[in-house]
Amino acid sequence: MTGPDSGGEVHARLLGVTRIFPGATGQQPVHALGPVDLELRRGEFFAVVGPSGCGKSTLLEILAGLQSPTSGTVTFEGQPVTADVPDGIGVVFQEDASFPWLTVWDNAAFGLRRAGAPEAEVSRSVNDALAFMGLQDFARAYPSQLSGGMRQRVCIARTLVLQPRLILLDEPFGALDAQTRLLMGDEVLRLWRRTSATVLLITHALDEAAMLSDRIGAMSARPGRFMDIVETRWPRERDSTIVSETSFGEITGRLWENLRGESIKSLGHSGAGPA
Amino acid sequence: MIATQRVTDSLIIVAILLAVWQGLNLMVGDTALPGPAATLAYLAHLVPSARFAENALATLAAFTYALVIAYGLGLAIGVWLGAHHLSGAVGEPLLVALYSIPKITLYPVILLIFGLGISGKVAFGALHGILPVALLTMSAIRNIPPVYLKVARTLHLSKWQTIFAVFFPATLPEVVAGLRIGFTVTLLGVLLAEMFASKRGLGFLIINAMSLAQSEEMLTVAIMLFVFAVLANSLLLWMEHRLHRRN
Ligand SMILES: Nc1ncnc2c1ncn2[C@@H]1O[C@H](COP(=O)(O)OP(=O)(O)OP(=O)(O)O)[C@@H](O)[C@H]1O
Ligand SMILES: [Mg+2]
Repeated sequence: MTGPDSGGEVHARLLGVTRIFPGATGQQPVHALGPVDLELRRGEFFAVVGPSGCGKSTLLEILAGLQSPTSGTVTFEGQPVTADVPDGIGVVFQEDASFPWLTVWDNAAFGLRRAGAPEAEVSRSVNDALAFMGLQDFARAYPSQLSGGMRQRVCIARTLVLQPRLILLDEPFGALDAQTRLLMGDEVLRLWRRTSATVLLITHALDEAAMLSDRIGAMSARPGRFMDIVETRWPRERDSTIVSETSFGEITGRLWENLRGESIKSLGHSGAGPA
Repeated sequence: MIATQRVTDSLIIVAILLAVWQGLNLMVGDTALPGPAATLAYLAHLVPSARFAENALATLAAFTYALVIAYGLGLAIGVWLGAHHLSGAVGEPLLVALYSIPKITLYPVILLIFGLGISGKVAFGALHGILPVALLTMSAIRNIPPVYLKVARTLHLSKWQTIFAVFFPATLPEVVAGLRIGFTVTLLGVLLAEMFASKRGLGFLIINAMSLAQSEEMLTVAIMLFVFAVLANSLLLWMEHRLHRRN
């Protein structure tokens, strides 16, 4: 069921990837990640769940070319990913990364303008992306006037206009309440269907992962490794109403079985450290 | 709406200050503290005079040079200490220490190096201004959220695009705050230098009037300096607020 050959062309691949942060002077190095093997199929929706601090963001940054792995290789569309972010990868970060000095519209236009796109194209793409993210009425507002969820949508719009083929989302809704998160999940699904991009979503919410994804990778406590990869077999046309399906419960149950022990371990880690 | 409210508030404050001034004048008498009316009359007589123009220009020249040096060096030092971690670790405590001691204790040293003329005044004024400009610029650069750099990399910005389109606007509000404080303390430095060792400038006029017991002249010059400082500060503060409103 989780065999790598069960569908589709490989879009991005991590092979034996580890990341060890050299410790500051007088401190132990931190083994944050791996070894990790992962194949993302073109067009799939893949979620990564795992206890806090297990290396999820590190995994994402290595895949995006923002960090180099300590060992192992990363390829995207057949090309090795080295010290640069490849064309075609869009990233939405865990922290709020909207620029406070720009309006919503200018934030969304930022990447296209730096790339030197003609103003007519910028304006068409930005209006389109803002409308898609439900931000058209806030085009002239500044991020400080928006809620956290809306600011994340601004960052999604800024990524979207560059038409990425692989979209990496690092807990984009981590700070939102559960209901809003379900609705934002629907938006991410719409985005995935419309762009037909490959999506990798990091989340710590099992229900969110189960509802959105084709496959879910469950990671161990630090150093993070994939313990299990669960295939959901949802139809491409789906939305948050699938939370009432019986197999939804089975999926979250299986994820939790895997993660329970690991979450306790990572709790232990933080409990043992200096408060 | 808010603007008119602010103007009204300012007018009320001015009215209160005038009333207090008049009250004090009635208490201590004309020789110690001339009243608002007498001072205003003196102002009308002093400002057109050649003596005033000459001294005001001397102060203005010294202040302009000092400000250019304070802004230039302050920004350069701030950028260097903010961008280079090791220099920042060494430089910051040094700057903070310098910032917190009364600079007047260093004035004899400045005088020995730069002499009694305009260069001594400029050096002393610049010494005041460099520190807040450098400190706030340094802190502005250190406070850039690391995620901005990651965004710049994922959007494929060049090094210069990252500096001009991300780092520059991200640091601007705090840098402008540094420039505003630098403006005020540079003026203070120049005037102090004129008061203690100079034969020209508005600082000299004040101290000279004091030793000759010409309280009207002393008060007139002081008030004009006060008005100038308040106006300049309000202008810079207004710029700062415009930048902050978006943050
Ligand atoms: N630059 C760094 N230097 C040293 N250690 C680091 C660095 N970045 C991350 N770490 C450590 O590596 C581990 C993994 O970090 P990472 O941010 O990838 O975790 P995460 O799974 O994304 O956590 P969260 O769920 O809280 O976002 C953590 O223990 C973290 O403290
Ligand atoms: Mg993270």
